[in-house]
This record gives sequence, structure tokens and C-alpha cells, in this order.
Amino acid sequence: MSDNLAEKNKRLVRKLVIIVLLMFGFGYALVPIYDVFCDITGINGKTNKTAANEIVYKIDKNREITVEFMTALNESAPILFKSELKQIKVHPGQYYTVNFYAENKTNKPMVAQAIPSISPGLTAEYFIKTECFCFLEQTFKANEGRTMPVRFVIDPALPDKYRRITLAYTFFDNTEKSVKK
Amino acid sequence: MSAVAVENEHTHDAHGAEKGFLRWIVTTNHKDIGTMYLVFALIMFFVGGTMALIIRAELFEPGMQFVDPQFFNSMTTMHALVMVFGAVMPGFVGFANWMIPMMIGAPDMALPRMNNMSFWMLVAGMLLMASTLFMEGGAPAAGWTFYPPLVLQTGNALPFAVFAVHLLGISSIMGAINIIATILNMRAPKMTMMKMPLFVWTWLITGFLLIAIMPVFAGAVTMLLTDRFFDTSFFDAAGGGDPVLYQHIFWFFGHPEVYVMILPTFGIASTIIPVFARKPLFGYSSMVYATIAIAFLSFIVWAHHMFTVGMPIAGELFFMYTTMLIAIPTGVKVFNWTATMWKGSMTFETPMLFSIAFVVLFTMGGFTGVMMSLAPLDFQYHDTYFIVAHFHYTLVPASVFILMAGGYFWLPKWTGNMYDEKLATLHFWLSAISVNILFFPQHFLGLAGMPRRIPDYAVQFADWNMVSSIGAFIFGFSQLIFVYVVIKTIRGKNCEKATDEVWEDAHKHGLEWTLSSPVPYHTFATPPEKIPTEHL
Ligand code: HEM
Ligand SMILES: [Cu+2]
Repeated sequence: MSDNLAEKNKRLVRKLVIIVLLMFGFGYALVPIYDVFCDITGINGKTNKTAANEIVYKIDKNREITVEFMTALNESAPILFKSELKQIKVHPGQYYTVNFYAENKTNKPMVAQAIPSISPGLTAEYFIKTECFCFLEQTFKANEGRTMPVRFVIDPALPDKYRRITLAYTFFDNTEKSVKK
Repeated sequence: MSAVAVENEHTHDAHGAEKGFLRWIVTTNHKDIGTMYLVFALIMFFVGGTMALIIRAELFEPGMQFVDPQFFNSMTTMHALVMVFGAVMPGFVGFANWMIPMMIGAPDMALPRMNNMSFWMLVAGMLLMASTLFMEGGAPAAGWTFYPPLVLQTGNALPFAVFAVHLLGISSIMGAINIIATILNMRAPKMTMMKMPLFVWTWLITGFLLIAIMPVFAGAVTMLLTDRFFDTSFFDAAGGGDPVLYQHIFWFFGHPEVYVMILPTFGIASTIIPVFARKPLFGYSSMVYATIAIAFLSFIVWAHHMFTVGMPIAGELFFMYTTMLIAIPTGVKVFNWTATMWKGSMTFETPMLFSIAFVVLFTMGGFTGVMMSLAPLDFQYHDTYFIVAHFHYTLVPASVFILMAGGYFWLPKWTGNMYDEKLATLHFWLSAISVNILFFPQHFLGLAGMPRRIPDYAVQFADWNMVSSIGAFIFGFSQLIFVYVVIKTIRGKNCEKATDEVWEDAHKHGLEWTLSSPVPYHTFATPPEKIPTEHL
């Protein structure tokens, strides 16, 4: 192999290795890109993470939206978790409070976090919560059960085509992770 | 591979193969390494095949027969990983090693030492992956796609599986870099880009796909690892992450990955068909551009694997239309192969039989792909046996058939001996018939609603599952004929000697046929003067 060729190969390999490194970085860059993209487009069904102020809206009595509630557990966390209501018919602009019940099924203290998700995703920005047990991690004593309210309003600006919104909560048992911290 | 016919006594590597066992460990000769890749791929083909037969034995009848569900799930996961990373990809790398230097008139690969390293890293990676079968908690069982949160419930095997993926990834990145460097820098002076055989072209593009996607996959599994052991929350909703993000990253890798397995297939088919049709390849340059188009499109269609995750309608439409677009360059290729055969003086030696079967059966796999690209319809097909049928039609009678075709096509050149045409034809017909008995009924099962990756099923699916399993066993055992034929050809006892051009007028189609049979250990130490152009 002539030196010339060896040099040429080396230069090419260097370029290709740079592509490889860039693509590895790109894989990681996808994480923030995804978050920003979802944030801008609002497609991910994520609701407000902290309590919103209770603004007074004009109540639209002519429209009725069905809000459904779903409860789920991650990796069969030892929690009893249910919603008082399966669904409720609401008017945009009016505030409602719905109760959820969660109970620690172990005889040890537990730290748990509920993660909400709205579908259809694009309605999430119109679904506003002023009170929710999902804003913070919840601590349960051994075998403690608790009723927890969610207070929400649907922004009357919600486009007309939506008639039904599902609010789903998944409870995660975070006890182990918080012990480590 | 014993002859030591060196054309140029003055090159510094003008010696033959090392003697004995050590030859295979230290070799940097592209032919030796190609052979090792191919033998390894064949072994893995049988390992993965055995896993498939365990799956099909369990599914022969409804109810639980032989294995427990956890092990069943390990089998579906490991079958896919072994076949993708152990059999199909190394198979094509083997052909690349053997053929690319000979096709472009180069003495060897550009980076022979790295070539050796990437092979042994592949072996290490696959051994590590296989070792997870014996670990506490069993091998990974969450599917080859490693979706969290399910995959995070894997037992002790998870970190080992992740490291195995790293090794396999580094191995294929090194292989890809080597192939790209060989093609771009080592061509004989007269071998211009637009004269390169299509196998070389498709591998050049595959190489770029590989260096673009393997690092992304390595990153994704690394995130899984840190989520599990170092309390990051990339995919953990409780910590602010999102499991759907994993699917996006995975399929950004995963869709181009399926093209990594099919583009070299296209290349070998485009090499074989003109030889036996005794015509130039129809539309050479359109083939090149179609390959580039497919590779480009493969980066913007990934979410067609995720139509059911709850994307907004604009996303569904975008990925639906881009996916349908892929069918256009793919169709160009199918028409070109057909046009190449049109009015050709065709003969039907085994490589050609496999290639024709490829054109027909791959097209069927493409059609079911187009069906699934329709987002609203995919809600019915997704995660059923229909998609299992789809990707097996695009992989088994396509990639695997073409690997076989390539084996029969070049084996006489490599060994100097003709293979047993009668047995090979038998191998072809058994394979071609049983592959359809095996996979065609899976379309019906999927449309009727049978989910994929389940060890037991409702009784209404019983009949077609039984048919499918029978096909699987015929297919599996037929492949032993291939092994027998290959060994017999290498041994050379009672075999016809192969002529230098092997196939009638093959020397017009490619540089490799201008060499003697068996090919000398070192070839094209001086670049060839004349470039065959019949393939253009
Ligand atoms: C015209 C070309 C093609 C189209 C339009 C197409 C379309 C699709 C779609 C829409 C899916 C997702 C189905 C679902 O999950 O519901 C899919 C899955 C798949 N396709 Fe294709 N495909 C094409 C060609 C190929 C080729 C050439 C290969 C491989 C060589 C391939 C391999 C796969 C694999 C492995 C999966 C399943 C991955 C998994 O979920 O495990 N496809 N295809
Ligand atoms: Cu795809």
C-alpha cells in the first residue's frame, strides 16, 4: 500500500469516525429535541405541572364535554387507586372537583408519584388544573388511605370538534428511588 | 484456497496463507475474513433457526406444551437478535469482504487489521448475547425492540445484553467504515463510480446507513442502562421521562436497520439476474438512484412503527405518505429486475431460481408493507401476526434467499469446484415451497386478530398455526441440504471442476470472473486494465 493511499484512508476514516460520534451525540440530542418539540406542538398530552391560578371564565352552558377518568399502576405498584367518578359531563369555563382515592397496601411508608396524561393530546393545553395530587410526590404512612381532590376547568377556547377528553393517571411507587436520594 | 498464485512478486505481502489454526485468528486477508464471517453467519442461522423451531413447536397447538411463557418470550426476542445481528448482517458483511475487493479490482480491504478486529468483536458480542440465556431471570424477553418499561424488568441479563449490543454496534461500525474506505479509495483506476457493480453500490450506501444509525441505537440502549442502574429518567414517566421517546429513538435506528438488511440483498440480486438472463441489467443508473432514494427516505418514515401510540393526525399523515413514497423506488427496482429477465435467454441454475423467488416473494412483502403504511388500517394489523408475515416475507425469501443465491453463485469461484446442482435445486424447491407454507398462513392469522409474541392462543387460530408450524419444520430441515452441499463443494470430492468464468459469459459481467478458479489467495495486486461493462 503506497503512503499516499494510507494517508487517504486515514483522512477518510477520520471523517467517518466524526460522523459516528456526531450521530451518537444526535441520539442523545433527540431527548431535548423531543421535549421541546412536544412542548411547542403540545402533542404529548402533558398537563400543567404546577397549580394554575383560578381565573374566572365565561361559562359556556351550551356545550357539554364528557371527561373520563382512568387510573393505572406502574409495574403493579402495591397501591389501591381509583376515581370516585368514571366520567362527568362538564361545561367549558366552569370549575369542577373530582375525588380520587389511593391507599398504600404495604405496611411500610411509601412515596408515590402520579403522572397524568390527557388524550387527545392536543386538548391538554385547554385542560387546566388548579389542584392536583400529581403536582407533588405523595407520602403515605403504612396502610394509609386518602381521598385526594383534583380541581379543573376546561378552557372555553377548546376547539368545537372535541366532545370527549380522557384524563389518565398512573401511580408510580417511588419509595426505593427516594430512599437512594 | 490453497493455491498461492501471486501476480506480483514484489509486493510486501506476497506470501500465502499462514498455516494451521492460527491463520484464522490473525488473518487480515479479506478472503479469509469473508469466509469466517460467512461460516459464523451460517452457524448463527442455525442457532436462530433452532429458536424459531422452539417457537413454532410451542405454537403447533393451542395450550402450553413445551416451554413456559417467559422462556417463550426470550425465544422470540433472541431469535430476532440472533438472526438480525448474527446471521443476516454478518452474512452480507462476509460477501462484502470476499467480493468487494475483487469486484473493484483492489488487492484487499482498505483497513485489513480493523477488518480482523471487527470480526472477532462480532463473535464476542454474540457470545455475550447468547450467555444471557443462562443468567438469573433469563435472557431478554421484551422483544428485540427492547421497549421500556417492560425491558427494564429483565433480570441480570439486561446490562450484558446492552454491552452485547455495544460490541455488535462497534463491530458493524468498523465493518462499515472499512467497506466505505475500500470502495471510495481502493478502486482500480478504470473503475469509476458509475461502473461499479450494484452490490458495491448498495454496500456503499448501506455502510453510510450503518455509521449513521448504529451509534443512535448504542445511545438508546445506554439510556436504558442508566435508567435502570443510575437513576436517570430518560424513559421513566415518574421522573419526567417518556417511554414513547424510546420508541422514536429506537425506530430512527430500526427502520434504516431493516434497509441495512435489504439493500445488499438488492445488490446481489442485481448481480445474479443479468448473468442468467444473459442481458445487461436494465436501468443501471436508475437502480443506483433508487437505492439512494430508499436510503434517504428510510430516515423519515420511522414512526410508521408507532401509528398506534397516539400521534396527532398530522404526524400520522406525514409518516403515512413518506412510507408510501418508499414503495416508488422499491417498485422501480422490481420493474428493473423483471425487465432484465424480459426476453432474456434465461437458464435456471440455483442462484437464478433463488433470485426469481426473491423478486416474486419480496414483492409480496412490499405489498403488505404498503397495506400497513395506511395509518387507519394499521390499527388492525399492528402487533398481530400480519406484521410478522410482512417482515418475514421481506427477510426470509428475500435477504436469506439471496444469501443462499450468493453462496451458490460464488462458491465455484471461491473453491474451484461446482456444487451439486441436483441437490441445490432440491434445496431451492423445498425452501421456496415451505417458506410459503410457513409464512403465508400468518397473514390470515393476523387479519383474524392473533397477536404476535404470545405462547398460547384462542382455538380459532389452531388450524393455520399448525400449517405454519409444519412449514417451519420443513423449511428448517431443508437448510441442512445447503450445509451438506457447501461442505461437499469445499471438499471437492466427486465434484466437477469449475471453469474460470464458471457461468457462461460471466466474465463480461464482473471482474471476479476474470480471475482463475479457485481464486488465488492474493488478487489484483496490480489493478486490472479492462473493466467489464455488461452489468451497466
Ligand atoms: C415497500 C416497502 C415497505 C413498507 C411500506 C413497509 C412498511 C412497514 C410498516 C408500516 C411496518 C409497521 C407495522 C406495524 O408495526 O404495525 C413495518 C414493519 C416492519 N417491516 Fe416493513 N415495510 C417495507 C419494507 C420492509 C423491508 C424491505 C424490510 C426488511 C428487510 C421490512 C422489515 C420490517 C420489520 C422487521 C418490521 C417489524 C418491526 C417490529 O415491529 O418488530 N419492511 N413495515
Ligand atoms: Cu419501518
